[in-house]
Amino acid sequence: MTMAANLARRLIGNRSTQILGAVNSSSGAATSVARAFCSSTTPITATLFPGDGIGPEIAESVKKVFTTAGVPIEWEEHYVGTEIDPRTQSFLTWESLESVRRNKVGLKGPMATPIGKGHRSLNLTLRKELNLYANVRPCYSLPGYKTRYDDVDLITIRENTEGEYSGLEHQVVRGVVESLKIITRQASLRVAEYAFLYAKTHGRERVSAIHKANIMQKTDGLFLKCCREVAEKYPEITYEEVVIDNCCMMLVKNPALFDVLVMPNLYGDIISDLCAGLVGGLGLTPSCNIGEDGVALAEAVHGSAPDIAGKNLANPTALLLSGVMMLRHLKFNEQAEQIHSAIINTIAEGKYRTADLGGSSTTTEFTKAICDHL
Amino acid sequence: MARRSVSILNRLLANPPSPFTALSRSITYMPRPGDGAPRTVTLIPGDGIGPLVTGAVEQVMEAMHAPVHFERYEVLGHMRKVPEEVIESVKRNKVCLKGGLATPVGGGVSSLNMQLRKELDIFASLVNCINVPGLVTRHENVDIVVIRENTEGEYSGLEHEVVPGVVESLKVITKFCSERIARYAFEYAYLNNRKKVTAVHKANIMKLADGLFLESCREVAKHYPGITYNEIIVDNCCMQLVAKPEQFDVMVTPNLYGNLVANTAAGIAGGTGVMPGGNVGAEHAIFEQGASAGNVGNDKIVEQKKANPVALLLSSAMMLRHLRFPTFADRLETAVKQVIQEGKYRTKDLGGDCTTQEVVDAVIAAFE
Repeated sequence: MTMAANLARRLIGNRSTQILGAVNSSSGAATSVARAFCSSTTPITATLFPGDGIGPEIAESVKKVFTTAGVPIEWEEHYVGTEIDPRTQSFLTWESLESVRRNKVGLKGPMATPIGKGHRSLNLTLRKELNLYANVRPCYSLPGYKTRYDDVDLITIRENTEGEYSGLEHQVVRGVVESLKIITRQASLRVAEYAFLYAKTHGRERVSAIHKANIMQKTDGLFLKCCREVAEKYPEITYEEVVIDNCCMMLVKNPALFDVLVMPNLYGDIISDLCAGLVGGLGLTPSCNIGEDGVALAEAVHGSAPDIAGKNLANPTALLLSGVMMLRHLKFNEQAEQIHSAIINTIAEGKYRTADLGGSSTTTEFTKAICDHL
Repeated sequence: MARRSVSILNRLLANPPSPFTALSRSITYMPRPGDGAPRTVTLIPGDGIGPLVTGAVEQVMEAMHAPVHFERYEVLGHMRKVPEEVIESVKRNKVCLKGGLATPVGGGVSSLNMQLRKELDIFASLVNCINVPGLVTRHENVDIVVIRENTEGEYSGLEHEVVPGVVESLKVITKFCSERIARYAFEYAYLNNRKKVTAVHKANIMKLADGLFLESCREVAKHYPGITYNEIIVDNCCMQLVAKPEQFDVMVTPNLYGNLVANTAAGIAGGTGVMPGGNVGAEHAIFEQGASAGNVGNDKIVEQKKANPVALLLSSAMMLRHLRFPTFADRLETAVKQVIQEGKYRTKDLGGDCTTQEVVDAVIAAFE
């Protein structure tokens, strides 16, 4: 970080508006995604969950790249426990969750959910305890890594708390099962607000709401109504509604048609994975979960790959790009750009690529190449 | 003997011969006396591009002198329910051909497509997503049949507002419906010499509902030891479809996932304007454009009359086979595929700029 940037930051001042204020406030003025921090040189603490399997290796990679780039972040590492913590009913300890709540920002590696009963899944625990309501996944074609689609540049924003994944199922009589899909005005408004705010702060021009309201008229209809209400507050952003069948077909035929997509839970799950597939798979896709009170937990969405754990073969790109998303949330835009360009250039060059991208470098070689590009 | 000829036919269609070999000589069918009597088929033109493409089918059928007689009924998307006479007609004729019916968004009108399916108990929807020779797409070797449960699941239409601002929708899965769609899928695979059936689900989250669906599929799979059976979670499935579609063969899914998977698979194989499909029940069958995206089109296409009739033409070929007129079906399919391969007459979604009428004329000209 240069001296000039430091000075500029201090001169402009520090805005401490929190993102969630946008839900209740009606200002179209620059409510940016910001955090209160006293001075730009004191390090910010962020929680780091290295996770299982290849998690620790790629977390090391992230730490190294961030230190080389001079990012003022101090990591507070937490690991998944080996016993169920009764306060959280899962393998994640209360301390870990408190740490994220306190730091308001975190980075999470892949976690393998232990099989068994009597406890909540790790992702579910994080989601419910931290009230993570939106999952943001930018998907863009990586120059240099060729897939069948070259011009993908879209962002999927998925409502993460309700919808079809409410977990409310029961057996009515033998052989007949009902599952409830819940849509509430509050949750839909919340995610729609975030989607438009994100579009505005990142200079995106169009937001598309994906739905199946011709069949599920009341539920998806309510979601659409909320999106329309929020759209009226942002007249400079084009808003459109696309039925999910059309959306799927258009995504695989011509993904350049889409910009920002906002959707309820189930469609979001499927569409965000479909988009990840368009650009090269989950090993390259960053993701960030946004919670109430400005909490942001960036995570790598791929699995823990136990078969290559410890062999220095893992691809840290997903976790690195998620770290970049985290930096942008923290308004460290300059370093975020630096690291982002370094990653893109390393992959584009093609000399150092891990096995899943078709190369033969190890994790450490790849990390070193990125550091060299900084 | 019918079974053998069906499998030979499917093998031939999977690797279509060049238009210049005489297909008609290598297969012989022996009809029963009276098989040539014309059959009546209910025709529902529908909304948007519907009348355009069903008109195309009527023209082609006439040019071929196919023994099919259409009984036309007007059903439009904004009607509250499907008219009684239409249902009567389909029950009488057993077969129906229809264009797209628009379902207004949030309009308080329940989908007419769903109504038709529920009344006539048409529980299986089938889309054959296959690369058409001559049509260049990003993915090769795509040959996927998506079989989708058509009556229950997320489309049960049971919604209500609990309190203002909170809405619930019921997804209903029953063992009866899951079993019968699984049985249909495996039977289809067996009759058409398919090697693998994949069940698409989200049972890690919806443990009871999709769990019941999977249980039914597993039970049926035991009766078909010659067919490989596997399961895949729906989000992974969509990712794999985009990356490696050649790993899929027959896919059986509940209602909503089937919609998404069918449209995705149709998209990678060339677009929904080209994929044939139909809906079938124990007693009735409705043939329409395979996957549902774009089956009503938009105003611009209607005005310029540039809708793609290929999907409905290929579906009507499926209908002819269903009516046991296989030779007419073969001729129609060969002609349509020849037109696509030649590439001169293609509508906008395939990269050309022709009107529907021009494509129809080309198909009629291709009949030997």
